[in-house]
Amino acid sequence: MGPFLDFNPFDNLLCILLGISFTVWFTLLLVFIIVPAIFGVSFGIRRLYMKTLLKIFEWATHRIERGAKDNNHLLYKPYSNAIIAKEPTSLEEEINEIRRRGSNRDLDSASEFEMSDIFYFCRRGVESIMDDEVTKRFSAEELESWNLLTRSNYNFQHISLRLTVLWGLGVVIRYGFLLPLRVTLAFTGVGLLVVLTSIIGFLPNGRMKNFFSEQVHLMCYRICVRALTAIITYHDSENKPKNGGICVANHTSPIDVIILASDGCYAMVGQIHGGLMGVIQKSMVKACPHIWFERSEVKDRHLVAKRLSDHVEDTTKLPILIFPEGTCINNTSVMMFKKGSFEIGSTVYPVAIKYDPRFGDAFWNSSQFGMVNYLLRMMSSWAIVCSVWYLPPMTREEGEDAVQFASRVKAAIARQGGLVDLLWDGGLKRGKVKDTFKEEQQKLYSKMLVGTQEDRSLDTPPSSHLN
Amino acid sequence: MGSRASTLLREEEIEEIKKETGFSHSQITRLYSRFTSLDKGENGTLSREDFQRIPELAINPLGDRIINAFFPEGEDQVNFRGFMRTLAHFRPIEDNEKNKDPTASEPLNSRSNKLLFAFRLYDLDRDDKISRDELLQVLRMMVGVNISDEQLGSIADRTIQEADQNGDNSISFNEFIKVLEKVDVEQKMSIRFLH
Repeated sequence: MGPFLDFNPFDNLLCILLGISFTVWFTLLLVFIIVPAIFGVSFGIRRLYMKTLLKIFEWATHRIERGAKDNNHLLYKPYSNAIIAKEPTSLEEEINEIRRRGSNRDLDSASEFEMSDIFYFCRRGVESIMDDEVTKRFSAEELESWNLLTRSNYNFQHISLRLTVLWGLGVVIRYGFLLPLRVTLAFTGVGLLVVLTSIIGFLPNGRMKNFFSEQVHLMCYRICVRALTAIITYHDSENKPKNGGICVANHTSPIDVIILASDGCYAMVGQIHGGLMGVIQKSMVKACPHIWFERSEVKDRHLVAKRLSDHVEDTTKLPILIFPEGTCINNTSVMMFKKGSFEIGSTVYPVAIKYDPRFGDAFWNSSQFGMVNYLLRMMSSWAIVCSVWYLPPMTREEGEDAVQFASRVKAAIARQGGLVDLLWDGGLKRGKVKDTFKEEQQKLYSKMLVGTQEDRSLDTPPSSHLN
Repeated sequence: MGSRASTLLREEEIEEIKKETGFSHSQITRLYSRFTSLDKGENGTLSREDFQRIPELAINPLGDRIINAFFPEGEDQVNFRGFMRTLAHFRPIEDNEKNKDPTASEPLNSRSNKLLFAFRLYDLDRDDKISRDELLQVLRMMVGVNISDEQLGSIADRTIQEADQNGDNSISFNEFIKVLEKVDVEQKMSIRFLH
């Protein structure tokens, strides 16, 4: 028993220290994070943090460049824009130009086929091999400066000692301090959401219930926002979606929901999941009406449309939040909007979300990471910085069908967010492209060969997006 | 993920590729990053499926023929060197190259080699002649179902008639060059890099 007696007072001291630090830790957490979240105010700590980080990143990139120059090596410089020059000319224009310059006979005699016609297809094909518009949207955007995360560094060999130390410090801070903090907050936020919405479920339907439900939702989402250290700038809040409308936004990750819902109340739409997600979904719907579908109901488009239109007709219900792309894109472009939500005929409130990739890449590459892995990556990045623009509401115009309306909204979102507006379907992430596009090109070319002789009945105008 | 692998490309390899193809250092690393991002199997080679995953290539009427051009005779995988060698055909011709040492082997992006690339798109069996059948096949790929067999056949006949000089009812490489002598091949079969 002798030696053990010596440990006792020490043990006691250790316990006391642990207890004190725990209390301090928790108080700080409460005061600086949870209380402001409840009331929706901010101390500005996160913005200061962001500015400091930016300065450090600039220094880090500078250091790498200097290191590379000293060793006479060339740096790999990622460019997020195009790497080759693509002429925006159409099939007809270019083939005609090739023929005009190269033909041995004069052009008035109906020139049908020329052997040089294949140059057009050939070059377009190889251009798409070097750089195409679609496949790069499904992987994380490449950064031009280094943000001290291993996952985004391309020039490993140029790192100096000082930079490695800084990076190591970064790892310690991110995994040792920020990650546990954020995980605690996340659990708090989600836990509170489930518990409080279940409690509110017991209230009778009416204004009190709606008021409390809104406050609870907002509070919990704000805690989640802080759990990700998300620094969000909202623009044009006067255009915020109102009851009876549909809010559409571009989709980059599941975090989009948290970002939008911490600034306004929405009715969510989605499939019921099992597990933790399912528990959250079931308790949320007790407090206010969200639209959850069973797996089997998702395929039935009429059922989906009916439930959505029933919801928007009831103006006491919150605006619906929908992501028409149907899948996560890497936030450099906006892909085809599915027309379902645009057929319903209510006011559409477009929202553009643009993430700043320097602090942490928010894109969820679902073929690379599962949800848990993804959330851990998010919580161990520096921060999630983004801008949200609320665009003025739009309605379907006379003579415009759902597809055209969807494109119009998509163009507005792309323009505001500074994203590339693509006509390609986000489903190309997993599926094959439809043959109809190839058939369109073949039709166009055939018209060039024989169109002058046969009837000129053009049923559909040639689409220009492939050129 | 693919971009990280650019550090796996050794300096000596980059130099060799530079000498063989004429691409600059940064262009080679850029294309290597592209190569690895297409390489879903991560085994350092590309298969035909990897190319077909590019939507813009899949809808190109001549897509399959172009993909074929990357794969050497009878092989199903292409490595980075092969990839670059084929892409080199599309490098723009620079002025200072025109007056190079005539004894040096012809650069991959010479006018003649560009024409050879196009010729091989027609000449599927590599017998150095474009037969009527081969021409019809390519025409059919380009027009789809929109033109009848007879009409296509007459287009093919007319084309061969105009190009064929030695009367063997097929187009040889030299006859091909002759037909296209006025075409600005350098410009139409070149892809300019922005950096």
